[in-house]
Amino acid sequence: MTAPDLVDSAAQAAASAQRPSLFRQMLRNHSVTFGTVVLLAMVILGLVAPYLGTIDPASIDPVWRNKVPGTERTITLPSGEDVAFIHRMGTDSLGRDLYSRVIYGARISLIVGLFVALISVAIGLTIGLVSGYIRWLDGIVMRVMDGLMAIPNILLAIGLVSLWGAGVVTVIIAIAVPEIPRVVRLVRSIVLSIREEPYVEAAISVGTPLIPILYRHVLPNTVAPLLVQGTYVCASAILVEAILSFLGVGIPPETPTWGNIMAEGRVLFQVFPHNIMFPGVFLALTILAVNLLGDGLRDTLDPRMAKRF
Amino acid sequence: MTDRPVLEITNLTVKLPKGADREHAIEDISISVRRREIVCLVGESGSGKSVSAFSVMGLLPGRDMAPIAGSIKLEGEELIGADEARMRDLRGARMSMIFQEPMTALNPTMTCSQQIEEVLTTHTDFDADERQKRILNILEQVQLPDPPRMAASYPHQLSGGQRQRIMIAMALVLEPALLIADEPTTALDVTTQAQILKLIKEIQASHDTAVLFITHDFGVVADIADRVAVMQWGKVVEEGTADDVLRRPTHPYTKMLIGSVPSFTPRVRPRQIDAPVVLSTDNLSKTYSGGGFFQKARPVRAANAVTVEIRRGETLGIVGESGSGKSTVARCIARLINPSDGHVYLDGDDIAKASPFQLRNLRRRVQIVFQDPYRSLNPRRTVGASIIEGPMNYGTSQRDAMKRAQELMSLVRLDPGSLDRYPHQFSGGQRQRICIARALAMGPDLLIADEAVSALDVSVQAQVLDLLDDIRQRLDLAMLFITHDLRVAAQVCDTVAVMHRGEVVEYGTAAEVFGDPQHDYTRSLFAAAPGRGFAFGGAAA
Repeated sequence: MTAPDLVDSAAQAAASAQRPSLFRQMLRNHSVTFGTVVLLAMVILGLVAPYLGTIDPASIDPVWRNKVPGTERTITLPSGEDVAFIHRMGTDSLGRDLYSRVIYGARISLIVGLFVALISVAIGLTIGLVSGYIRWLDGIVMRVMDGLMAIPNILLAIGLVSLWGAGVVTVIIAIAVPEIPRVVRLVRSIVLSIREEPYVEAAISVGTPLIPILYRHVLPNTVAPLLVQGTYVCASAILVEAILSFLGVGIPPETPTWGNIMAEGRVLFQVFPHNIMFPGVFLALTILAVNLLGDGLRDTLDPRMAKRF
Repeated sequence: MTDRPVLEITNLTVKLPKGADREHAIEDISISVRRREIVCLVGESGSGKSVSAFSVMGLLPGRDMAPIAGSIKLEGEELIGADEARMRDLRGARMSMIFQEPMTALNPTMTCSQQIEEVLTTHTDFDADERQKRILNILEQVQLPDPPRMAASYPHQLSGGQRQRIMIAMALVLEPALLIADEPTTALDVTTQAQILKLIKEIQASHDTAVLFITHDFGVVADIADRVAVMQWGKVVEEGTADDVLRRPTHPYTKMLIGSVPSFTPRVRPRQIDAPVVLSTDNLSKTYSGGGFFQKARPVRAANAVTVEIRRGETLGIVGESGSGKSTVARCIARLINPSDGHVYLDGDDIAKASPFQLRNLRRRVQIVFQDPYRSLNPRRTVGASIIEGPMNYGTSQRDAMKRAQELMSLVRLDPGSLDRYPHQFSGGQRQRICIARALAMGPDLLIADEAVSALDVSVQAQVLDLLDDIRQRLDLAMLFITHDLRVAAQVCDTVAVMHRGEVVEYGTAAEVFGDPQHDYTRSLFAAAPGRGFAFGGAAA
């Protein structure tokens, strides 16, 4: 071993001074903590919905229509047994138990949010990488994306529902498609700046083929921004799903979602506000949590963090 | 009046934020600048020279980095502890500053006259006519052609040298007692730099201005300084008249710095006339057609009919100012961009038009080391992974590649055990060594160094140059050395091609080109080189 530079060794010692790990920094960020806790709570609610004292959210009982929260009654279980039951959040205009509907509704919202985010990020990432790196494709791909961005997602949803019929898959596709161009633009802009980096040129000149260059040198730079963008897409997807269901072009009414619960409560809103208030609070809380998580992630994964390299 | 310095810094200490590499940015420094005097503050990056300037201007970022001891007196007035309102009054009026990068220091949305006028409206109550008169007057003094047109121009419409003149005009319009120049010519080409240095000297003499001039370049120091203070690690290690410090340095660090400045006299080496030609270009040209869907094409000839050759074991230097096309030639040869015309022969094979498939094998034979050591290694990959990437692309097993990487680390004089570290754990000079190791891992016939030492401090630069030369000799490589620095070229190159506006204007052995330049442009380039009259390199060591 020959002697390493003496002149440089001091600077090196300075550079290797360690910072707290990324995970710790995230824990220290209150928005990340709050967002994660609330979202986890929602996920658990959705998963264990049947065990939370709920009844069939679709069972109609005209006698018990429009009851205020806290109304007590006895119900007959499938086994024939009679038990006491409290409508914790009251009932809707068809006599369905609102508490059960709101809890089961969490499932649809989270599924729609998660899948829309995953689908739009996955497709957007692929298109963005290719379009940003291969110059001659760029112009064509970006014009197509401009076209996609011009389609209002609610109109697209109405169109798709009339084609394929209402359902969760239709709604997810309808919401995800207009989100893709936004992800593509983000990824493309990152790729455009990264591919000019000398380390990418160095990789080209040591003969690294296209796919490994994208995978090894370009892709890792997109992870942090995409994580942040993903949470925003997720929040907006949950909201759009609620809007679609509220307008009656989303998930059919037999599957409870926060949007269609509110749609049903709309007519008698002034007399029985609980029909709108309970799902509304859950919806607002979830979206707040997702957005705070996104903000917190952005702060901890900020590009300025790159300075530590 | 005459014996009181304009600027007097005594025992100034500025602390650094916690977790920085040292406790104090500057420690116990004392510098004074008198009327009509140019004091050069010289040192390598991180020595604290800019922090000193910012302390005087009251521009330090705040609580984390603040003066904790000492005093700064401007014309007898204490500046440490002065309130922000007073500092605002002084800045621009009694002391002003010019910066390294004139494009970012000027506001792109305002015309030059508006920016100078802003200084006047802030500090004086001149009426509009008086202000216009002063603006045109100062623009004339900084020797800008056609002052009324310059005044109405936006910064992007001017050249780098003109922008720096506007900055100087802004700084001097109120005739401040003190001008602080923070590396004002570092971003400029050598001929422009010579003009700006001359201007600063003339204008400070006619205005009796005291100048604190910050630079890393001893050539500039030799040209401009009355007195010199050398900084290292936040301390002034040596101070004295320019003549004393440059010719009779006493501190070992000063001696080392001055000894590291490459000499202008080319180092003569026996030429290897009979060695085989590794690379030759024949009328190599690159034209950018420009234009887009809606714009008219405006072809730019980045390189025009370049014909050069390099023999095994020899170094060809391409020197030129920015925009001369020297990097374009290097990138065409490495086939990072496609030449538009002409031929590039590598061991007799024409690679100018090689298909991507043929290129795959050519890539191993030509390797390139880039300018910026901070960006040419992927920050997310260990340096080991970066070095073995190339060989593994061509089927070497990871074990063999790692073994070779360890040998290469020793060859570039780094610890072979540090292959699993990340680039941010290395300094600039060390990273450049890693880049050289990465290039050598491919076993190239031709090594291209594209401004490979330009971003490095002069002492580190000397080490890397030494290493490159050693490697060329040991591995019998052909080397293409792209640089804007004539001193570096003189030390490294066997043959030199001088480029100007895309064309090679002069081509010959280093001894010929440096000893007896034929072309006017080459002569003006040499004449503009800072510190021309001062014999650096060996003379002072």
